[in-house]
Amino acid sequence: MHALSVRGLTKTYRNGVHALKGIDLDVEEGDFFALLGPNGAGKTTLIGIVTSLVTKSGGTVGVFGHDMDRELGRAKSCIGIVPQEINFNMFESPETIVVNQAGFYGVERGLARERAEKYLRQLHLWDKRKEIARSLSGGMKRRLMIARALMHEPRLLILDEPTAGVDIEIRRSMWEFLRTINEQGTTIILTTHYLEEAENLCRNIAIIDGGRIIERDRMSSLLRRLHTESFLFSLRDPLAALPRLQGYRTVMVDDHTLEIEMSKEQSLNEIFSLLSAQGIEVLSMRNKVNRLEEMFMRLVENRAA
Amino acid sequence: MSVSPGMSVSQMSMAAIQWVGFRTIVIREYSRIVRIWLQTLMPPAVTTTLYFIIFGSLVGRRIGPMQGIDYIAYIAPGLIMMSVITNSYGNVVSSFFGAKFGKHIEELLVSPLPNWVIALGYVCGGLIRGAMVGLVVTAVALVFTYMHSHHLQVHNLGVVIAAMLLTSAVFSLGGLINAVFAKNFDQVNWIPSFVLTPLTYFGGVFYSVDLLPVWAQKLSLVNPILHMVNAFRYGFLGVSDVSLASAFAIMAACVAALFIWAIILLNRGAGTRD
Repeated sequence: MHALSVRGLTKTYRNGVHALKGIDLDVEEGDFFALLGPNGAGKTTLIGIVTSLVTKSGGTVGVFGHDMDRELGRAKSCIGIVPQEINFNMFESPETIVVNQAGFYGVERGLARERAEKYLRQLHLWDKRKEIARSLSGGMKRRLMIARALMHEPRLLILDEPTAGVDIEIRRSMWEFLRTINEQGTTIILTTHYLEEAENLCRNIAIIDGGRIIERDRMSSLLRRLHTESFLFSLRDPLAALPRLQGYRTVMVDDHTLEIEMSKEQSLNEIFSLLSAQGIEVLSMRNKVNRLEEMFMRLVENRAA
Repeated sequence: MSVSPGMSVSQMSMAAIQWVGFRTIVIREYSRIVRIWLQTLMPPAVTTTLYFIIFGSLVGRRIGPMQGIDYIAYIAPGLIMMSVITNSYGNVVSSFFGAKFGKHIEELLVSPLPNWVIALGYVCGGLIRGAMVGLVVTAVALVFTYMHSHHLQVHNLGVVIAAMLLTSAVFSLGGLINAVFAKNFDQVNWIPSFVLTPLTYFGGVFYSVDLLPVWAQKLSLVNPILHMVNAFRYGFLGVSDVSLASAFAIMAACVAALFIWAIILLNRGAGTRD
């Protein structure tokens, strides 16, 4: 079954901006799905329509088989949303916020309090449950929005930039938590500007640009289509001149760093041999950019061109 | 059937979700009123005390009876109703606009609750505030009328309660509609300052319309607050400038019309959805 099924979705704002120009998209139940795109591509509009915060101009949206035009309440009860912007009452406590949110989805207060303890503990917010939400740190506020979205145990969890402005340690712990939730059966749709995050977590991906889906594939298939990759090599001794490496595009970043672009058919062993033959000793190497980031940039730049 | 352990929300009937959701909005509104009681319950008590001291005790002695009733007792129902009106309106307009401004209205908009349940929840919040303030102000009125040896009688408790609830509902809905349209805090204050206050003061809180020239009496009948105040006064004192039946018909019509308007606005997404 499709957790989300979108057909011919269009949105034109009152100011004339065509944010969505006919989106078709299916997300399978149980998937961990990345929805990527540059700023202004239409991601947040698409999520806004799915969560009914934005009114669509045309097309259809179905959530677990519930058409949003005919069964809006049913469709919405399947969705949990973690929005991009903080949108809880800053003067309430985390416990009040999550218990009330559960109530808006029909969860009785007794059960809501049990779930509040479960999710606030899992997201390391239990000690802060009675504090005023305004006093929480940025990372805590983001985790509170995840806890709030899970209170009615939705079948589809939509996360719009959930780790924006969160330090790497908290971000990684949030990744682990989301992986666990997904393994337990919750379908997750994630938008993020951290492409490393999408590559690490998601199995399928759609890239949206200019209000259209420009790519839709399995994450692994998409990355396989990346024909070349660039590596940065840190060298022990300074280079006097750019070494000649037959068949490789080579750039001297500085006198201790070489950038080498290689295709999939070429081997790293050969590069090491060529460097070694010229007396160049390599201390370490790394990808110049994240692979998904490279693919993303190529797709978006190709489209712009 | 409400959701219980092991049962998912998607298995519940929509009616059960709506009932729990409605109760949650009401609980949240009640908690807000109690949490900020210094802003919600105290000011009407202080304001009404001042009205009773100045208009009731000081000026009232020189005015003499109104429609055969001592002035301090005559103005008591109007002053209670004035507090009910301003607080019902103020509660919903500030709570709903605050939620819009802080974006936490989205918590409700993304939920499966239909707009009529959301509107009803906020209106009930207004009714609760109106009733709580009404009780506080009635206590103040009892003290002052007792001090002047004029017990505040209750002629018909049913009329008192019905008039209070209907009036509170009218102005709660008015506050909701104001909040839907408002884009900033100035626009939240326009209606109370430039519409509600003049209508309330010309609504027979402090005088009987019999004192006015004929043209002004006829003009006053257009003011719905005149009908509300007089129905309420009838409940306490058994006197009224207007027909009780027409007063209740006007109140009920206002509630129905404003509720329909509020739902149309929310369904269109006016001020709440892009």
